[in-house]
Amino acid sequence: MDLDAAALLVAATLNAGTALAFAALGLLINERVGIVNLGAEGLMLVAAIAGFATAVHTGSHTLGFLAGASAGAVLAALFGALVIWLNTNQYATGLALSLFGAGLSAFVGIAYTQRQLPARPRFSLPWLGELPVVGPALFRQHPLVYAAIALALGLGWFLYRTRAGLVLRAIGESPESAHALGVPVRRIRLLAVLAGGALCGLGGAYVSVVYTPLWAEGMIAGKGWIALALTTFATWRPARVLLGAYLFGGVTMLQFQMQSQGIALPSQLLSAMPYLATIAVLALISRNPAWIRANMPASLGKAFHPRS
Amino acid sequence: MSIESKRAGLHRLTAAFGAVLVAAMLIGCSKKDEAPAAAAASASGSVIVPAPAKPEPLQIAFAYVGPVGDAGWTFSHDQARKAVEAELGDRVVTRFVDKVPEGADAERVLRDLAGQGAMLVFGTTFGYMEPMLKVAADLPGVKFEHATGYKTAPNMRTYDSRTYEGAYMAGVVAGAMTKSNTLGVVASIPIPEVIRNIDSFTLGAQSVNPKVRTKVVWVNEWFNPPKETEAAQALIDGGADVLMQNTDSSAVLQTAEKNGKRGFGWDSDMSAYGPKAHLASAVVNWAPYYIATTRAVLDGSWTGGSGAWWGVKEGAIDLVAIAADVPAEVQAKVDAVKVGLKDGSFVIWKGPISAANGKPLLAKDAAADDRFLSGLNIYVKGVEGTLPGAK
Repeated sequence: MDLDAAALLVAATLNAGTALAFAALGLLINERVGIVNLGAEGLMLVAAIAGFATAVHTGSHTLGFLAGASAGAVLAALFGALVIWLNTNQYATGLALSLFGAGLSAFVGIAYTQRQLPARPRFSLPWLGELPVVGPALFRQHPLVYAAIALALGLGWFLYRTRAGLVLRAIGESPESAHALGVPVRRIRLLAVLAGGALCGLGGAYVSVVYTPLWAEGMIAGKGWIALALTTFATWRPARVLLGAYLFGGVTMLQFQMQSQGIALPSQLLSAMPYLATIAVLALISRNPAWIRANMPASLGKAFHPRS
Repeated sequence: MSIESKRAGLHRLTAAFGAVLVAAMLIGCSKKDEAPAAAAASASGSVIVPAPAKPEPLQIAFAYVGPVGDAGWTFSHDQARKAVEAELGDRVVTRFVDKVPEGADAERVLRDLAGQGAMLVFGTTFGYMEPMLKVAADLPGVKFEHATGYKTAPNMRTYDSRTYEGAYMAGVVAGAMTKSNTLGVVASIPIPEVIRNIDSFTLGAQSVNPKVRTKVVWVNEWFNPPKETEAAQALIDGGADVLMQNTDSSAVLQTAEKNGKRGFGWDSDMSAYGPKAHLASAVVNWAPYYIATTRAVLDGSWTGGSGAWWGVKEGAIDLVAIAADVPAEVQAKVDAVKVGLKDGSFVIWKGPISAANGKPLLAKDAAADDRFLSGLNIYVKGVEGTLPGAK
């Protein structure tokens, strides 16, 4: 593989990892306050159709992203109301949301299959985009690609360097203790769920507006589930989530690049590579329980009943 | 096997389950009755007695695997259903049930359709094969037509279309239009139908440009637009400047458009999805077969136990919407192929053809028969890479 091909692979990897990164960072925020949202897949699907439909009607990609994020937040609000106030089981509620989202998006999407988005200008950072090799590899991406990187770094700073971040993590560790300290646990959990939903939505809209600019039923194709796995994979650390998303995106792209380069490996095996990579890394992480325990929010998946 | 067997693997479990669940809640199985009055009139379900004055219309039912939508597989079948109605008017009544999942549910739906008086039932996906066989055995008076399968019964037969003829004609255009002499195919699942299409596409390209090579990327799915996009991008990165696909979405064509390369539409006219990239669309038209079958049932000449494989000759396959910048002599060449396929003077799979490994596949002037074609599992010379699962 020559230098130019490597540059194209890097560019494709960044692009492929971005939707995953947004969704996984959103889920990370959820899980940091102790909420597991298994509905990510459905949420991303609904956001994908919302973003796509909005972009079709308004001709604006930006409005498409906003619509996707809003749709994600609205569904997440529903989920949050159920699990935070009504204390429904998080796993069952999330699964129901996932199924609901898949069905709803398919139903709404009937009118949008085979519709087209307006053309989008190519992005290129001034000067940097013109550099040989590095330019096409790194500096000609959609702005949201850079936004995902900024988000991961910002979230890391927020969680570990600010008081609000500390409160968030405290709720995830022990909502009872946080409650005793006067922290409005339910309200903050809801805010975290909304933020997480909006980010999942942004990831979904990225898929339908930028990555594969069309609507097709079930087009998220498991990215929501992979994002859920990524948070564990990354032991709930934002920078690792980002790396994980790129690793996954890179392996996905690599298998197609290898086929197109004529490297003789069975394509079924190549298709399985991203999943094998995930399992391998998860297995490696699990070998060291300290890694998981050190970061896993202790109240993950548990309902919180405030005793006033 | 055909475009259909696939729909089973289409959705991830969740999406399929969710879609079915909600679809069931919101719209039921969306049974659409095109002529309820007529349907109600013949609820007896008994054997048709020829009435001398005005015969009752023939009730025809269609079971579709997907939603009808605006393009693609199920859409093309529904267009053909409408063509039957337009052609035969009040001699027929048609109805359809869409989103019928492959498997056990299909049997219930097929039985239901026959029970409601349909005397001719079309099932448009590979996965209805076993359920239809069962129902056909129980209802010998009803005639069953199964798309893309291979099992038949005295009252059940199969039909399919020669999509590889469309792939060959697209190849002719691709071979003439490529500048890098590298074509790319986004392939779905390595079964004979798809391999036949890749090979035929390559043979078509070689007929006008012997230097052409074809790169293939398998996505191992029938319908997964993000994956199709990634595969198309990898092919373009690998030097391909004209893309073809055997997958079901317009993603490959759109990726070509985004990269300033060229591509084709598949199954239906996709020119709107890549106005600059679109070279032509290889389309399937089921109407001729549906009309001929219905006529045969109406005049009593229908016989079961057989299989039909229709192509350009019968009007089932065509290459349409050829781009304006394709040179006139290339368009003329495509027209010549069409004429040749129609009158039988031209055969796509005629030797000498050698396999990618250099071994002769067909000797000079030897023409492949349908048996050879339906079992094809080897790349022809000019296709690069190793076929998944090849020894």
